[in-house]
Amino acid sequence: MRLHAPENTVTFTFDGRKIKGVPGEPVSAALLANDIKLVARSFKYHRPRGVMSAGSEEQNALVTIGHGAQAEPNVRATTLEVSEGLEVSSQNAWPSLRYDMMAVNDLASPFLAAGFYYKTFMWPRSFWEKLYEPVIRRAAGLGALSGETNPDTYEKAFAFCDVLVIGAGPAGLMAALTAGRAGADVIIADEDTAMGGRLLREQEQVDGKPGADWVAAALAELDALPNVRRMTRTTVTGAYDQGTYGALERIAGPRVPGKPLECFWRIVAKRAILCAGALERPIAFPNNDRPGIMMASAVRAYVNRWGVAPGTRVAIFGNNDDAHRTARDLVAAGIKVAALIDSRDDADVEGDFPIYTGAKVIATKGRHALQSITIRHNGGTRVIRTDCLAMSGGWNPTVHLTCHMNGRPTWREDIASFVPTPESIPGMVTAGACNGTFSTAACLAEGAKAAVEVAGGLGLKPEVTVPAADDASYAITPLWAVPGKGRKWIDFQNDVHVKDIKLAAQENFRSVEHMKRYTTQGMAPDQGKSSNVVALAVLADATGRGIPETGTTTFRPPYVPVSIAAMGAGSQGKGFAPERFTTSHRASIARDAPMIEAGLWYRPSYFPQKGETHWQQSCDREVGYVRNAVGVCDVSTLGKIDIQGPDAAALLDFVYTNTFSTLKVGRVRYGLMLREDGHVMDDGTTARLGEQHFVMTTTTAAAGLVMRHLEFVLQVLRPDLDAKVISVTEQWAQFAVAGPQARALLNTVLDQELDDESWPFMACGEVGVAGVPGRLFRISFSGEHAYEVAVPSRYGESLFRMLTAQAEVMGGGPYGMEALNVLRIEKGFITHAEIHGRTTAFDIGMARMISTKKDCIGKASAARPGLLGESRQQLVGLRGKGRDHALTAGAHLFETQAAETRVNSQGYTTSVCFSPTLETHLALGFLENGRARHGEVIKLRDHLRDITEEVEVCDPVFFDPTGGRARG
Amino acid sequence: MRIICPNCGERDRREFYYQGDALALDRPAEDAGLEAWDDYLHNRDNPAGDTRDLWFHEAGCGAWLVVERNTMTHAVHKATLAEKVKA
Amino acid sequence: MAKLIALTPFAGLLPVIHGGIEASEVLPQRLMSVAPYAGQEKAVAAKLDDGLAKVNRRKGAVTWFGHGVWLVAGDVALDGLAAVTDQSDAWAVVQIAGTGVEDVLARLVPVDLRRGLFRNNHVAKTMLGHLSVTIIRTGSHAFEIMVMRSMAQTLVHDLDVAMRGVAAR
Repeated sequence: MRLHAPENTVTFTFDGRKIKGVPGEPVSAALLANDIKLVARSFKYHRPRGVMSAGSEEQNALVTIGHGAQAEPNVRATTLEVSEGLEVSSQNAWPSLRYDMMAVNDLASPFLAAGFYYKTFMWPRSFWEKLYEPVIRRAAGLGALSGETNPDTYEKAFAFCDVLVIGAGPAGLMAALTAGRAGADVIIADEDTAMGGRLLREQEQVDGKPGADWVAAALAELDALPNVRRMTRTTVTGAYDQGTYGALERIAGPRVPGKPLECFWRIVAKRAILCAGALERPIAFPNNDRPGIMMASAVRAYVNRWGVAPGTRVAIFGNNDDAHRTARDLVAAGIKVAALIDSRDDADVEGDFPIYTGAKVIATKGRHALQSITIRHNGGTRVIRTDCLAMSGGWNPTVHLTCHMNGRPTWREDIASFVPTPESIPGMVTAGACNGTFSTAACLAEGAKAAVEVAGGLGLKPEVTVPAADDASYAITPLWAVPGKGRKWIDFQNDVHVKDIKLAAQENFRSVEHMKRYTTQGMAPDQGKSSNVVALAVLADATGRGIPETGTTTFRPPYVPVSIAAMGAGSQGKGFAPERFTTSHRASIARDAPMIEAGLWYRPSYFPQKGETHWQQSCDREVGYVRNAVGVCDVSTLGKIDIQGPDAAALLDFVYTNTFSTLKVGRVRYGLMLREDGHVMDDGTTARLGEQHFVMTTTTAAAGLVMRHLEFVLQVLRPDLDAKVISVTEQWAQFAVAGPQARALLNTVLDQELDDESWPFMACGEVGVAGVPGRLFRISFSGEHAYEVAVPSRYGESLFRMLTAQAEVMGGGPYGMEALNVLRIEKGFITHAEIHGRTTAFDIGMARMISTKKDCIGKASAARPGLLGESRQQLVGLRGKGRDHALTAGAHLFETQAAETRVNSQGYTTSVCFSPTLETHLALGFLENGRARHGEVIKLRDHLRDITEEVEVCDPVFFDPTGGRARG
Repeated sequence: MRIICPNCGERDRREFYYQGDALALDRPAEDAGLEAWDDYLHNRDNPAGDTRDLWFHEAGCGAWLVVERNTMTHAVHKATLAEKVKA
Repeated sequence: MAKLIALTPFAGLLPVIHGGIEASEVLPQRLMSVAPYAGQEKAVAAKLDDGLAKVNRRKGAVTWFGHGVWLVAGDVALDGLAAVTDQSDAWAVVQIAGTGVEDVLARLVPVDLRRGLFRNNHVAKTMLGHLSVTIIRTGSHAFEIMVMRSMAQTLVHDLDVAMRGVAAR
């Protein structure tokens, strides 16, 4: 019921029913205003439940919003803002919220106590996978996902500040004002739609005016300070190392395509002031979960802030002074107070309504809405008719963030609660209710004091003016559970009650962490915000220990649920990883080349032509270009590193196994690079462009790794070497031009004609390419007469188009990764398929490349026992039995008569292809003592693909073993 | 986690590549023997407390750093250019 | 003989405009990286019109570009005092400008780029999304962002998403 007619309403739906609400108010307020008490079904027993709180700690009123791909489950109705057209549905109920079939669980509850699943579904063993698990999975879980891709937009962002104030109640506002006035760079964040905290929800006087008016003035002042940023709807979810905080912002306003729903902030703060307030805790009395039973502070919030009466005859049950405000506020709002029940014998309460001190609620009635309560008072019982019971078991300071870095809270007997242990988070101080300080006056003073302390640490000297405010006392006598018939709920979200916790203790799950896992208390979206202290008080009682000794479970981030979409915002789709494109990309796409990912790069697999129906046809044709005419391939993705300096040659001698200081200017040499543990890191060619100037080529995959390695050598191992390395991968577009017609093709684009004398095999130098200064390297990864020609990247696409067009005139054309792979396998050239991290120079037959005349990275380790000798699996070629006998990579190698078992495996294949040149399938692989076994026939067995083939072991160089074609 | 790069100032951990213990600075001689090389390559302490390791400001200035930090408190005490440590 | 045609890194990708913020391509004529050899920093600085900028700064044509490296816009002649490498084609350079540009970059960059701290000609070597970038403030609401040429398309994608998000608020 609304206490006064709202100025402006909108319509939203709840389970299809049209509801009028005030824009911006929580959906829970609108439901209560429309006298909707039953809003959800509980997790395990499908008990009817109603709104319990007025904040993010809500345990009962979880709803689904939207439908289809945009449906979002488990949204708390207490923080969800009413907007026009909002679609809200109840969840965990079928066929309807009122008549839920699964409520049968509630009748079976005596059998469904904590640990039920563990004890019941043990046997027969085979039933687990086929029966129990599917059935339980269907019944379990809260809310449901659509299974469709979420089309909504989420965002993440970074922010930085001197002082982060977490929470904008009286303490937070006072802290922000004090630090802000002193000139600190302040961010104040609060999860509510409006700042002010309890001052918006309670009848409080500050500075001689109503609390809400003081808040408005404070916010106006903060907004006028350019050094203060206010973030509403923003929950600080976690405290991390070095002053980093996570925060989830729910972005205000209507849903518009492209507009983010949420933003996950990473806030880096030099200092932080935690003013997170406190959460009221329930009392575990019998059947304390009926719709209409709410937290007393929530009742006040709905009445004072949103003008909604949660009931017409409200009863109040509490164990502390603070609950009495509820009666006062209800009377002021004209709502009937049915009874005030204070569990304390000595409670000092006055009022024009029935008051029962030393009394307790022992029973409640009303399945879908509360109808009455029964109290025990003066040795007798009394039934009180009521439709809303406001309960208050006292306050739990919101200590969560202080525990995120392994901090443990401290028990304070006088308020029967945990408070933060100072310095639990470096750079963070706490103030106000989260510190166990409950009066408004004291909160304001503490907020200011915290700001002075924090600002002082930043070299600022704030002036302090704390306004006068109410200074109400807070006295409490702990009351955790009330005995009586019926279940006494503690964790409403997980349906855990007093008996479950006692059962855990009885079965020796005495540690609070074990109890949590046994009963599920404190799990799920609310993470036990309201239930933890009550639960461990019951556990303490059951185990005969004190509460401090029992301790709490560990509060971990996030404080509220954070959607994965927000945390991973920006990383979906194209945001998942950068895409690197070569300069010839568009030209390759124009030729319909399918792309293959090589690291982050996209490279063409092959260039299909009309009439070709299978990639193998294209590949065979492209191999033919290179073997018979000329092929062109973009090799720009290979890493290129410019190395200069007086010690450039010495650096190369140190990182390569072989010697580069002896290389002549204008020549290229193949180099092998080891890791310090003696295994191969990478290989490639390095060209000497000048006495002190080299260009190193790395494989595409290892470009970043090698760059980091070279910097490691120069900065960490050998800072004595005066050499500089810089990547030039992006500067140059480089194309392999390979085949008998390679020189003829290049001569059509080069400013000066090539000849064998000035450009022998392994020569390099500068050339003019159609008038542009470029570089030329006579190197070959195909075994043919070949070059790599490089021009500045801006000309890359143009040169590619020119070369491929010209090649086609000469009976050749572009070739892709598939053909490149065939060409190199035919020649036994290795890639990272072979140098996969576990192979040594010895294994690949390059032990002699480790120079004996100098030290190099990996040299000492390469000589270790076990890395040399016959037992090693060595690189071999494997020749298949013709066109119809395909080989597979990853297959294991066996002697022909051996059983194909793991212990008999003598090696494996790493690369395979069909060689159109040799008209058979080829493989490279590693075989025990393989170099001594050329000519032997062995067995290839692929267990995964069920392939068995006989293969002949041979030299890995299948084609042109003398290398005459490359030199010719 | 944030590391104060001597060049760039305080930066988020995401900009850095982690290598491992800073004993990598002390590379044995080629002929130091198997034991010395085994220690250098493989044997690492796992201290509960102060530790000293190598990080590369890969997505930043490209400097290799020796970072002193505490594995218990997560405090990052100091970062020094590796080339200065070695020099 | 046919002539080679030059294409720019962002050809066909820029400009992108959302809500008063514009990303457009910058075309530096020549970029040379300069890494002075041991003990030669002063000698190198003396040979450059603008000297060597301080760490994390740009000064005239000279931009600090990482540990021991500077990027000089224009030709340099340093006679073996430094490793000099042509990088004119290696970098894709975008200017992003407009009111609220810091809000766009705050969605992508884990560094505080606000005006009070990150002033004109301040340089940050950092990340933008997953990309390694160099960011230079060129005006009160303007930045230059340099990314590896091959990743130009991803930079535009990431900026576009962030710009749309900020504009939609």
